[in-house]
Amino acid sequence: MKHMRITTAHQSITFSRRMMLLAGAQATVGGLLIARMGWLAIAQNQKYQLLSESNRVQLIPVPPRRGWIIDRNGKPIAINRASFRVDIVPQQLEKDRDVVPELARLLALDVDAVERIRRELLESRGFRPVSVADNVPYEQYAAITVRLPDLPGVQATRGYSRYYPDGPAVAHLLGYVGTANAKEYEAENKNPLLIIPGFKIGKQGLEKSLEPYLRGEPGGQRVEVTARGKLVKELDPQPDRSGQTVQLTIDQGLQEYAARRMGDQSGALVAIDVTSGDMLAFVSMPAFDPNSFSEGIGRTEWTMLSKNDHIPLLNKVAQGLYPSGSTIKPAMALAFLKQGVDPKRRVVCNGGYQIGNRYFRCDAVHGPMDMHSAIERSCNTYFWATGLVTDPEQTTEMVHYLGYGEHFDLPIPTQRYGTMPSPDWLEKRYHRKWQGYDSANTSIGQGYVLVNPLQLAVMPARLGSGKLLQPRLLMGTPRKPIAALGVNPEHLEIVRNAMAAVVNEHGTAVASKLPLDGILMAGKTGTAQVFRLGERGHQGNWALRDHALFIAFAPADKPRYAIGCIIEHGGFGASAAAPIVRDSMTYLFDKQKAYSALAPLEEQWGGTLAERNARQLEAFKSGARPIA
Amino acid sequence: MITSAIIPRPLARLPWRLIFLVAGIATFGLIVLYSAAGGSMRPWALKQAIVFTGFLSIAVAMSWMKESTIKAVTFPIYGATLIMLIGVEALGFVSKGAQRWLDIGPIRLQPSEFMKPAIVLTLARFYELVPAAEIRKWRAIWPAMALLGVPAALILVQPDLGTCIMVVLCGVTVMFLAGLPWWIFAAPAAAVAVAAPIVYSMMHGYQRKRIDVFLDPESDPLGAGYHIAQSKIAIGSGGIWGKGFLHGSQSHLQYLPEGHTDFVFATMAEEWGLVGGVILICAFGAVIRWGMRVSQNARTRFAQLAAAGLSATIFFYVSINLLMVMGLAPVVGVPLPLVSFGGSAVMTVMICLGLLMALERQQRTVSRLA
Repeated sequence: MKHMRITTAHQSITFSRRMMLLAGAQATVGGLLIARMGWLAIAQNQKYQLLSESNRVQLIPVPPRRGWIIDRNGKPIAINRASFRVDIVPQQLEKDRDVVPELARLLALDVDAVERIRRELLESRGFRPVSVADNVPYEQYAAITVRLPDLPGVQATRGYSRYYPDGPAVAHLLGYVGTANAKEYEAENKNPLLIIPGFKIGKQGLEKSLEPYLRGEPGGQRVEVTARGKLVKELDPQPDRSGQTVQLTIDQGLQEYAARRMGDQSGALVAIDVTSGDMLAFVSMPAFDPNSFSEGIGRTEWTMLSKNDHIPLLNKVAQGLYPSGSTIKPAMALAFLKQGVDPKRRVVCNGGYQIGNRYFRCDAVHGPMDMHSAIERSCNTYFWATGLVTDPEQTTEMVHYLGYGEHFDLPIPTQRYGTMPSPDWLEKRYHRKWQGYDSANTSIGQGYVLVNPLQLAVMPARLGSGKLLQPRLLMGTPRKPIAALGVNPEHLEIVRNAMAAVVNEHGTAVASKLPLDGILMAGKTGTAQVFRLGERGHQGNWALRDHALFIAFAPADKPRYAIGCIIEHGGFGASAAAPIVRDSMTYLFDKQKAYSALAPLEEQWGGTLAERNARQLEAFKSGARPIA
Repeated sequence: MITSAIIPRPLARLPWRLIFLVAGIATFGLIVLYSAAGGSMRPWALKQAIVFTGFLSIAVAMSWMKESTIKAVTFPIYGATLIMLIGVEALGFVSKGAQRWLDIGPIRLQPSEFMKPAIVLTLARFYELVPAAEIRKWRAIWPAMALLGVPAALILVQPDLGTCIMVVLCGVTVMFLAGLPWWIFAAPAAAVAVAAPIVYSMMHGYQRKRIDVFLDPESDPLGAGYHIAQSKIAIGSGGIWGKGFLHGSQSHLQYLPEGHTDFVFATMAEEWGLVGGVILICAFGAVIRWGMRVSQNARTRFAQLAAAGLSATIFFYVSINLLMVMGLAPVVGVPLPLVSFGGSAVMTVMICLGLLMALERQQRTVSRLA
């Protein structure tokens, strides 16, 4: 090299220097690679091992069977039926292959169902399957199964679906079940159970509030799967545990009877066993069919339900609030007695009463009235006059004590309790003093008084039993000792006798005597004004008519059952609500007689509840079709 | 020596240490491919063994080539490769789709693979011809840029970003070692920083997505980031000693995509752990170091530049692939030579090694005669 030219030597030095640089860079990259690999394999080993394991092993949850709901006698009111179902997994759909028309053809789906599927496919988040059809008949299920290879993204499976034998009769009591929505899925920390096709959770009513008991424990099938979801081998399985059976205090027979007896009217009825506080019936009508809700309701049916002015989607027992009307009078009388009012004290009813500068009009000119006859004939004047000579604070407190406006601890998701006004409440709520006309309004159950149908049943139950009953819905809850009412039994006797007279002597509900030998019903009618006082009574416009109310217990001498009932816009309590209570009460003592009373009515209405519901839906559908 | 008595002289004079090293790497690769196929020689390991043996023979045969012969064929081979690249482009234009191959009868030729050694030899030959005094002149720069730029551009539009980057890096390495002024390398580096956004906007959708995902792999764990995420899981879950031969769940359950080609290192690392990875990296390091030694001991400028450039080709192959599978570089589709399934990478690396062996034999011949 010595004899090379200086420039070449120079070049040679540059070359060696740059070679060293290059080798250094290569060594650095090599070191970086080893360091990186060490970091991944040592420092982050645990994290990646976990990820690798969760790749390899997948947990396929096996949904538990939902617990049954049975009535007090063990009769099932919510059960599971084996069923076949068809779903679409949006992720597995092929782009230009629309499987919906073919499924519609195979499953004979109507326009409604196709529309729902399309909507859900659009809204779906990819992770959750869209239900195509529940309760698919075996022939159709088989037809889909053989075509599965040709229908990418379609899934046909066996499972269980919820079934309510009594349909609408138990709708508002039990609610319904449905597929969990995105919000519910998030709320349960993305519980994988919720997105299994066909898995339903309680959406309303007891199905919702009893969810923890009814759901059960999902089983798990741990499997090793490939990235494409192919099962390689099964690891240790974990069996599922069915949900618990929940027994209600409800009497399924009475529940169904009362629902049918209400006919096409809008209203609510609650029956209570006065020995225990057990609720025997919890009826809100009209109602939706929880079976069709559980299967995913069609748009037509939904529109029909939401457009109905009888609001079948509202649970009237828990959420309907109504003025109590004259049903408040027995409680008022008891309050008067406690404050020392002589039951023989007479007030002359001239058809009305002047309080301050306002004249309150009574329903009739009743003449001289004592406490007994005032309850029996429902004379307002007596209560207005007596209300003015007693202490409103004590009076309203007694009514509240007997149940109006009271909060009950029941497993019902949404409840509204209404209001029992008092001077104290008025001061807080409206910042004004209690006036004479407040006493007047309150004493006939108008003004601020608002009660729910449950309270309408608790009131006669407490009056009848003389005990501070608490309504109960679940058989399993421990029975607490029931305290006696803090009132004089003699006073109670006076009120009870007057209530018996309402039905059995010259009272407002004599048309609703029980058709039974030796069993008398005691009760009180109520007519709650919806519109203005001047236009009371029968109206041509259904929505402006008064609400009809009736509270009762029977037998009058030895109370066993109590019923509260409201028929919305039914007119007078005696004409609309009392006959329904009479027949329901009859059912509790003599089922045969009760059904023979129902038969001619149903014939007149045009079939049983189920038949009429089906017809109504058909009519609505045929009417809605041209528009849709 | 006894050995020299038993083994024929031409065989004894082969660089056996290198051949054993390369054969060792390839055998390890075959073991990994055997496992990747679920414990089967088919479909990959057997085929790869045949391909490797074939190309190894060619490489050994090439080692008898004289330096003068290599020099003589350099420019014609470069020209032929360039014509083939243009041919591929034309074919792709006709068939209206991406085209990287030329189908010549039963053989499928990928001219961009040939371009890697070809560009190294061509630039080495070019700088040998440039007088030392001229090296810093413009005259010594622009022809090299043209020689490199034209094929690189043709490969980029194929589109084959991985090969393009490799060809450019190999060419630039030779230019760097030839002693071009520093600014030649500094200025483009600055330019790249400026131009990167522009190039990015001109990229194909899938290329752009790969870079997006490289910058933020968690942004799309189920989509384009899936490759990197799964590869990291495979390497990371392997730990120090690995999960054991045939026990890699990531590859066997097909969570690791391309587990037998571009991501074969992850398949290996899952079963053989950090230990296997470090051994493999060191083995490659030894091969590259052997090549760099050839360059350092070379007598002629052509041999110096060519040997360094050919070693750099192997280095870039290995390092780009490993940076990619470890999540340090975007997924550009560069296989791990000698380990990944597929013939082209084996072919390119074997051509490089064959040339390196030829250059090395030349040194020994010269030194023995001296």
